[in-house]
Amino acid sequence: MKQIQAMIQGKPCRRSVMRAMLELLLVGVLLAGGPRTTLAEASVMAPMFSLPALQGGEAVSLEQFRGKVVYLDFWASWCGPCRQSLPMLDALRAEIGNDRFEVVAINLDEKPEQGLAFLAQFPVRYPVLFDAPKQTPRDYQLQGMPSAFLIDAQGYIRLAHTGFKPADIEPLRAAVLQLIATHPTPGAQHAN
Amino acid sequence: MRTRLQSVKNTRRWRSSGLVILATLLLSACGDWALIEQVPPWERGQLARPEMAWDPDPMQAALRQHIYFSKEATAGAASAGGGGCGCN
Repeated sequence: MKQIQAMIQGKPCRRSVMRAMLELLLVGVLLAGGPRTTLAEASVMAPMFSLPALQGGEAVSLEQFRGKVVYLDFWASWCGPCRQSLPMLDALRAEIGNDRFEVVAINLDEKPEQGLAFLAQFPVRYPVLFDAPKQTPRDYQLQGMPSAFLIDAQGYIRLAHTGFKPADIEPLRAAVLQLIATHPTPGAQHAN
Repeated sequence: MRTRLQSVKNTRRWRSSGLVILATLLLSACGDWALIEQVPPWERGQLARPEMAWDPDPMQAALRQHIYFSKEATAGAASAGGGGCGCN
């Protein structure tokens, strides 16, 4: 659990320091330009959850998206930056396609109606879940709103991000594409 | 007699200083662990309401402040440092 907190605060794990330095060196030598986000080592498993959709219906679990890169977004209707993040995330998902990437949002409003009213204003096409007992934000040790976690196809947290501004979308796109490139076969996990 | 009086005084002094230390510890314990509880980020919906802000309407606040310092003939009279010289 401390590892998630360290990831949120941007502290690299000790084991990854040497690797990060090597990566930085390689990136510096081989590549030029372009937005880039440093992905964490695949060492912290994303806590599992199974939650009902905000609109009601069957429970959706994180495990269902194994094999895809998942952007797990915690939001609430009262959160100012979410007015920008939701439409931009929806556009990113439409651009990349949802066969290898999925945005999964967890609404943390007190009542589902508040989230639904927000979605009527800012509709999205990705799954939006509702966590009534507010257990997932505790499991993921949220530090602020909105908070997001980029989870790779194997279920490891590779990036933790607090807050949102429009400029964040470019490094996020780069990170998603980087992760997709690492696991090019869609649904590889389901074959096992 | 003097020594006994002295020792009684010393005991009282120690007791009072002990009480002060105890009170300080209790107060700090109240402040740190018992009374102040951090609101988790996902429970800040009420705090995020516009009426909870210092200045719910920034435009109106700027206008009010402008009128205030114009009347007072001071720069930053409402909240900023300095002012009072009428040299804005």
